[in-house]
Amino acid sequence: MPSTSRSPSGPTFPAAWRRIAPWLLPVGVLLAWELSSRGGWLSTRVLPEPLAVVKAFWSLLLSGEMARHVATSTGRALAGFAIGGGLGLALGLLTGSLRAAETLLDTTLQMVRNIPPLALIPLVILWFGIEESAKLFLVSLGVFFPLYLNTFHGIRSVDKGLIEMARSYGLSGWGLYRHVILPGALPSILVGVRFSLGFMWVILIVAETISAQAGIGYMTMNAREFLQTDVVLVGILLYALLGKLADVLARALERWWLRWNPAYRVAA
Amino acid sequence: MMFKRIGMLPSQIEFESLAFVGASAADVTVRESSTAAPRRDAPAGIGLQLHGLSKRFGEREVLSGIDLRIEPGEFVAIVGRSGCGKSTLLRLVAGLEDASDGVLTLDGEPLAQHQGDLRFMFQDARLLPWKRVIDNIALGLDAADARERALEALAQVGLADRANDWPAVLSGGQRQRVALARALVHAPRLLLLDEPLGALDALTRIEMQSLIESLWQRHGFTALLVTHDVSEAVALADRVLLIDDHRVALDERIALPRPRSRGNAAFAALEERVLQRVLQTPGVEVAEPLPASGWRFAV
Repeated sequence: MPSTSRSPSGPTFPAAWRRIAPWLLPVGVLLAWELSSRGGWLSTRVLPEPLAVVKAFWSLLLSGEMARHVATSTGRALAGFAIGGGLGLALGLLTGSLRAAETLLDTTLQMVRNIPPLALIPLVILWFGIEESAKLFLVSLGVFFPLYLNTFHGIRSVDKGLIEMARSYGLSGWGLYRHVILPGALPSILVGVRFSLGFMWVILIVAETISAQAGIGYMTMNAREFLQTDVVLVGILLYALLGKLADVLARALERWWLRWNPAYRVAA
Repeated sequence: MMFKRIGMLPSQIEFESLAFVGASAADVTVRESSTAAPRRDAPAGIGLQLHGLSKRFGEREVLSGIDLRIEPGEFVAIVGRSGCGKSTLLRLVAGLEDASDGVLTLDGEPLAQHQGDLRFMFQDARLLPWKRVIDNIALGLDAADARERALEALAQVGLADRANDWPAVLSGGQRQRVALARALVHAPRLLLLDEPLGALDALTRIEMQSLIESLWQRHGFTALLVTHDVSEAVALADRVLLIDDHRVALDERIALPRPRSRGNAAFAALEERVLQRVLQTPGVEVAEPLPASGWRFAV
């Protein structure tokens, strides 16, 4: 992933060096890993050599097996995100906007928030069995709270001066909401989205290792049974890549929606 | 051109000396749109009547028994020490606060019937940072020609070329111009200005003052300006009111011809008189007395 270096650059520090420098450590680690595997100091039961991981990646890609697992996992992640995130957003907007809703719901939600979703796994298995709905439930629960809390906070922290101005300029009801409150809360809501996307993968990984017939988690658990450490590593890499992809998308959204904010403007 | 500096506030001295540097303050150029905007349904000024208006915040009295008549089209400036309640008076007129007592009418009718006739300009511009300049001005307009009207208002404050910029890239003076355009686009009959130039540098202030004066002359709205700058009040207003001890302590008519030059002896004399009167007033005690039986920290 090409990243832009933010370090202050002196004229004696050439641009090419600054581009290469961040990659020296990871490449060095890979080289050391490869060499120690070939030299026999590192058992393949502990870690396969990097080349084997690349080969496994390639063969899984060619066989179409990877596409199937990735599609299944992504489908679960997105469905869970849509359900949990949608509910979090809706309830956050409700409790943020209406005092009555806050009084009624917030205490309950704050109590539930302190339960780690993964602590519910035994109960979830009893309720939903080991089917898809169990995974969806866990992912939804995981993404709900970051979005709920940040939406609530975003609505509450909209500049009161702007609301007063808008009211005195004749805005009220939906107009006030659309032009002032929602855009004002958006930076905070997007922070919630990014937190949620992080949680989404974490929960999904665990949920898929409980029991599944497809998905990246199933792939890695299956590989473990046969001591295929290279495939396990491919699965871990896939999670890392998908997580990064989700984050890149969320950042792109931020840059577009918050382009009015100097803090999010793309450096020209 | 001689000024008595005694009794002048430091900010005033700086202000005056800067005014001299720029030749005469009155002809500081202000970019005007070449296309003279047609007067839309000629918004004549509205008259304002206050009868025994009072405002209390809890136990603390801010305004008590204010009686005031402001004629349609009049430009009235309100001065006073900070904390004297001048901004509160303006917020009462705007309907942003409710009066504790008394009656407030516009052309003899209750305020609620005229909410659309008045517009408020805040000390901070309060532009919506997520809307481009042009959309900020069009806020609250729902007519089909909202965009054209907004552009027209923007041209009147000399910023037609910044229509598609974000407010974040504008300077403080430009933001206040946009805020002024946003108020004017509604063709208000009463414009309320709450120290809108307070945060601007001296030269920008003079530019903005001439701009406000020329727009007031063109549109004929009633203007109510709260300011702590006596020179600004004398330069712009037909009448200067001093709020002190919760009531109107001075009502001075400024009969100088426009455009007013700050170098003028009559101007200086009037400014001096008002300023002396302001300085006579005792400072407002800001800190509230602590309850005797409360917890006290040693430090």
